[in-house]
Amino acid sequence: MGRRGQLVAELTFRDAVRVGLDQEMARDETVVLLGEDISSGGVFKTTTGLRERFGPERVWDTPISEQAILGAAMGAAMAGLRPVAEIMFADFYAVCWDLVVNEIAKTRYMTGGQVSLPLVMRGASGFGSLGFGSQHGQSAENWAMCVPGLKIVSPSTPAEMAGLLAAAIRDADPVLVFEHKALYGAKQTVPDGEHLVPLGTARVVREGSDVTLVGLSITVRHCEQAADTLAAEGIDAHVLDLRSLVPLDAQAVLASVARTGRLVVVEENPGQLGWGAAVTSIVAEEAFDDLVAPITRVTGGNIPWPVARELEAEVDVSPERVVAAVRNLMKREPSTRAVGALRRSRSQEGVQHADQR
Amino acid sequence: MTAVQTEQDADLLELYSRMLLIRRFLEKVDSLYRQGKVHGPAHLGLGQEAIAVGAASVLRPDDQSIGTYRGHAHALARGASPEAILAELLGRAGGICAGKGGSMHITDVERGYYGSFAIVGAHLPIAVGLAWANRIRCTEQVTVCFFGDGAANIGAFHEALNLAALWSLPVVFVCENNQYMEYSPISAMIPVQRPAADRASAYGLARLDVDGNDVEAVRTVVGDAVQAARRGDGPALIEADTYRLKGHSAADAGAYRPAEEVAEWAARDPLPRAYAALQAAGHDELDLMAIDTRTRVQVSGLADRVLASGPPEPGTVWTDLWADGGSSWRS
Repeated sequence: MGRRGQLVAELTFRDAVRVGLDQEMARDETVVLLGEDISSGGVFKTTTGLRERFGPERVWDTPISEQAILGAAMGAAMAGLRPVAEIMFADFYAVCWDLVVNEIAKTRYMTGGQVSLPLVMRGASGFGSLGFGSQHGQSAENWAMCVPGLKIVSPSTPAEMAGLLAAAIRDADPVLVFEHKALYGAKQTVPDGEHLVPLGTARVVREGSDVTLVGLSITVRHCEQAADTLAAEGIDAHVLDLRSLVPLDAQAVLASVARTGRLVVVEENPGQLGWGAAVTSIVAEEAFDDLVAPITRVTGGNIPWPVARELEAEVDVSPERVVAAVRNLMKREPSTRAVGALRRSRSQEGVQHADQR
Repeated sequence: MTAVQTEQDADLLELYSRMLLIRRFLEKVDSLYRQGKVHGPAHLGLGQEAIAVGAASVLRPDDQSIGTYRGHAHALARGASPEAILAELLGRAGGICAGKGGSMHITDVERGYYGSFAIVGAHLPIAVGLAWANRIRCTEQVTVCFFGDGAANIGAFHEALNLAALWSLPVVFVCENNQYMEYSPISAMIPVQRPAADRASAYGLARLDVDGNDVEAVRTVVGDAVQAARRGDGPALIEADTYRLKGHSAADAGAYRPAEEVAEWAARDPLPRAYAALQAAGHDELDLMAIDTRTRVQVSGLADRVLASGPPEPGTVWTDLWADGGSSWRS
C-alpha cells in the first residue's frame, strides 16, 4: 500500500468509474446501484465486479425501463438511501425526462424542503466521432442545465472521474454524471488514497496569459492539445476544466479572463443553445471591460450527428478548430484592443488589468 | 406479526368521522375557489373519500403513501394538518409546502404522505423506489400508491408494475377509478373493461376489484394486500370504483356527464352510506349530527384563521432548492 499522495496506479477512465463506486459503496452501506446489465459490468464495463464484491442487495439489474430506474432511484432516495442509477446512454434521458426534470429536480423545492434527494444518475455520454450517430452520441449536459435543481458533472480524466463521482454520491442533492464514452480508454497514473474532487471548482489545467480556453469533459483535451500548438506560435493559453456545470465556477472563468482579455469556450454539443452560451453570457455581462476581443464559442454542428468518419469530422470539435478560433482572435486584436483600451481608461480596475498584461 | 398489531384500530364511526372531515374540508375549498380565494387550480376528491380513509386506516404510521394532484384527501387521511393544507391552497403563510407546491403537490412526509404528483403516472415508479428501499432495509414498511384510471394508459404504469412484480416489492397500487380521464369517460380510452384490474394478469398479479365508495370494503381489501406485502408476498394492484361528485377541477362543472349517471352515483355516495350503516348499527342520529356540527365548526374556524393570515415571506422563494437550504447555482 502506498501512502496517500504517492503515485501508485495506472487507471483508465472506465476503471475510475468502478473505483469511485467501489470506494463509496465500501464507505457507505446506503449506496446502492441499479441499471441495465450492471451486474455483468454494463455495456461499457464500468461496474464490473461490484455485484460480486457487495452482493445482490447492493447491485440491482433492471429491465429496459428508464422511467422505472429513475423513479426507483428517486423513491429510494426519499426513503434515505443513496442510489446510483445507470442510464446506459445519456441520449436515453429523453425517455425518462419527466422523472429528471419534473420530479427529481423539483420535489425538494415543491415540498418546501420536506425531502432531500441524494441520488446520482450516471452513464455514457458524448460524441467523439465514434460512429454512434444521432441517438447514441449526444452530449446532453446542457439539456439538464436548463433545469434548476440538478447538479451536473462531466469529468475529463480518470482521476477527475473517480473523485467527482465520489463527491456526487456524497452530495445531498441529485447529480447527473456524464461519462464521455471516447474517454473510457484514457489512462492516467493516479495517487493512492481517497478520491474526492469537490463539485463547483474548476481545475486550472494550464496557466497562460494570452487567451482563456474553457473546456468540459473531452473538450478539455482538445484545449490542452490546442494550447501546445499555440505555444509553438508564441501564444500562451490558459486552460480551464469546468468539471461541473452546476455548481458553476464562474469566478474561475472571470478571474482568468481578467488576466487574458480573451475567451474561447469549447463544447461538444450543438451550439444552438449550449452550456457555453451560459458561460459566455456571464462573461459578457460581468467582465465586458476586461475583454479585448470578442468571445468565441467552438461547438458541435447544429444538426443531428452523422456516422461516416468524413461526415463526423465536419461537425465534431477538434484541437484544430480551437487553434483556428484563437488565431482568428489574435488577428482581430489591433482594432478591438483600441476599443478595449478606451474602455479600460474609464475603469481603474481595468487599467490595472492592462498593466498586468 | 407485531407489525400488523400496530396498525391503526378503526371502527366505522371513526372512519366516518375521518371521511366527514375530508368532505367538509373539500366543500370549503370548493366554496373558497368560487370566491376566487384559491390561487391556482384545485382538483377535488369529493365523493372519493372512502378510498383515502379506508386505505390509510390499515397503515402503520411509518408506512408510506403517495398520490396524485387530487391528493388532499390522502394527506388528510394520514393526519396532515387541514389548516396547513388550506394555507398552501390559498398561498398564505404556514402552507404545508411553504407556498411552493400548491394544491397539486400537497405533501406531509412526517405523516408518511410522500407527496402528490401532478404528471399523470409519474409517481408509480417513485412508489416502487420507496418500496425498494423498504425491502433493501428489511423494514417491513409498505408503500401504498394511489393513481387515477387515466394513469393506467401511460408508460410509467407499465414500467412500475413490471418492476414491482419482478422484484416482489412491498407496494400496493390502488387505482381510484372515478370513471373519467379528465373530461373523457375512461371506457372510451381503454380496449378492455377495467383500466387496472384487466391488466393485473400481465404482471402475474391477482385481479382485485373493490367498491371504492364502501369504506369498510376498501379497508378490508387494501388491508389484506398491505398485510401480504408486509409479509414479503409482493405487490398488489387494486381497482377501486368511485365517482367524483364534481368536475375534473374546481373550475370544471362536469357538464359532459349524463344526469342519470350523476344521480346513480350520488346514490352511492360513501358518506350517506356510512351514515346509514351507523344508524342501522344503532348509533344515535343526534350523536352523528353532533359529529358533523363539530367538523363544520372546525373547518370554518381553520378557514377563518387562514384567510386572516398574511403571505409567506417573499425572501423564502430562494430557499429549499438544495439540501443546504439555498438556491445558488454558480460562484
